[in-house]
Amino acid sequence: MKKITLALAATLALGTAAFAEPVKIGVAAEPYPPFTSPDASGNWVGWEIDFMNAVCKQAALECVITPTAWDGIIPALTAGQIDVIMSSMSITEERMKTIDFSDKYYNTPAMVVTAKGAGLTPDPAGMTGKIIGVQVSTTHEAYTQKYFAPVAAEIKTYQTQDEANQDLAAGRIDAIMADSIALADFLKSETGVACCESAGNVADDSSILGLGVGFGLRKGDPLLPTLNAAIAAVRADGTYDTITKAYFDFDVYGAAN
Amino acid sequence: MKAFLQPHRIVLLAIGLLLIGLAIGLMNWSWLENPKYQVLIVQGIWRSIWLTVVTMIIGMALAIPIGLAQAVGPWYLAIPARAFCTVIRGTPLLMQIWLLYYGLGSLFPGIPGIRDSVLWPILRQAWPYAVVALSLSVAGYEGEVMRGAFKGVPHGQLESAKSMGMPPFTMFRRIWLPQAIQRVLPTIGGETVLQLKSTPLVSTITVVEIYSVAGRIRQDTFIVYEPLLLLAAIYMCITGLIVLAFRTYERRLPTRTA
Repeated sequence: MKKITLALAATLALGTAAFAEPVKIGVAAEPYPPFTSPDASGNWVGWEIDFMNAVCKQAALECVITPTAWDGIIPALTAGQIDVIMSSMSITEERMKTIDFSDKYYNTPAMVVTAKGAGLTPDPAGMTGKIIGVQVSTTHEAYTQKYFAPVAAEIKTYQTQDEANQDLAAGRIDAIMADSIALADFLKSETGVACCESAGNVADDSSILGLGVGFGLRKGDPLLPTLNAAIAAVRADGTYDTITKAYFDFDVYGAAN
Repeated sequence: MKAFLQPHRIVLLAIGLLLIGLAIGLMNWSWLENPKYQVLIVQGIWRSIWLTVVTMIIGMALAIPIGLAQAVGPWYLAIPARAFCTVIRGTPLLMQIWLLYYGLGSLFPGIPGIRDSVLWPILRQAWPYAVVALSLSVAGYEGEVMRGAFKGVPHGQLESAKSMGMPPFTMFRRIWLPQAIQRVLPTIGGETVLQLKSTPLVSTITVVEIYSVAGRIRQDTFIVYEPLLLLAAIYMCITGLIVLAFRTYERRLPTRTA
């Protein structure tokens, strides 16, 4: 009897130990302000980081930020190097074949930015014969491939959004398409003010642009309901709005799905 | 054939075939049937090959005068040549590519009127920067190799050519250069293989060669290993072709030296 109790105690102790292991949150190593970017001293800051801290506090999880290259972030998750993807990753059907997503925690439209005075419109008519730059393997790339590739001169893909922004500023490409918030930040920068302007948001296509941004998890991860409950709680108790007000002057949650 | 089929070779061959069979049978190659990827792969292979060939030719054409200047040139040619080789060999190729593309390339649009000039369609593309950076790299490394090659040709031959009244350029073309090239041909073969494997670096400046095609397939399909295995096989095939080409060329040259 004693032996069984001991074995049980040991299992329980091990079980709790496994539960208390910190959750590794994978953030794309490339800065994506104002959502995730390292500050001058190397600490990760931004809206998404604040939101993650609120969610982890709510769910009583110990979360550790693990910077991971964007182009390998899904394999890193499936291989167990990270436990959760939190990197402004849009929920798409294509990705859902490989990983699970939490409920969305923000959703913003996609925008086209062009050189100043180019007078282009963010639709196939405006993009005809133009060179468009997008970050590789993003929903924005899928969108340009579907709507702009048949008429555009070329779709150029970049490893990071920063490189696409630089090439637009250098005049090598005519337009870039990306998340409106990320591009608004670029347009406010010194380079952005000098070179470029917004051509407006593209027409929505939720089958490509997705249903918003969520946490990415391994298929069947028991963490999923915990995170969903925590997202709902953070939204309900007003923490979400407090965090958002510190970064944006509008609601980034978007329409309810 | 019989001499080739010794027991250890048969075992190795069997293991190799088994591994290939397992890779084909157990892994996911369905993406190869997608015509979009087939086109990209063929274009990527072609681009990798021509980048290697073109930059080796341009680089060697630059390396010969650089080597000559270092070997026998007057100080005002030798010092810049030596400095060029030191800088190119002393800095990472990736950094050179980025300095040219994101550094120099982003200065061009500041020049007034350049966007309307005939040069602009070339300057705004990525491949010219890739060709220039890779060629300069070859010139830097081979410039040093050619310096040794020119110095290694026996001086007596050049003196006797001179004493026969041969004009300097004819002497260079008929005696000095052929022997120097012949001495370093195996080295250049090796460097060409290295050059092939430097070409993936240009994928970072939006030049779509075979490495970036494999990367793109991996990112689109989330299949990790299969595109990498195909990439390895492609590079090994191209390397085999380069080695074969140099071996054939080396055999055709007479090996007699004075």
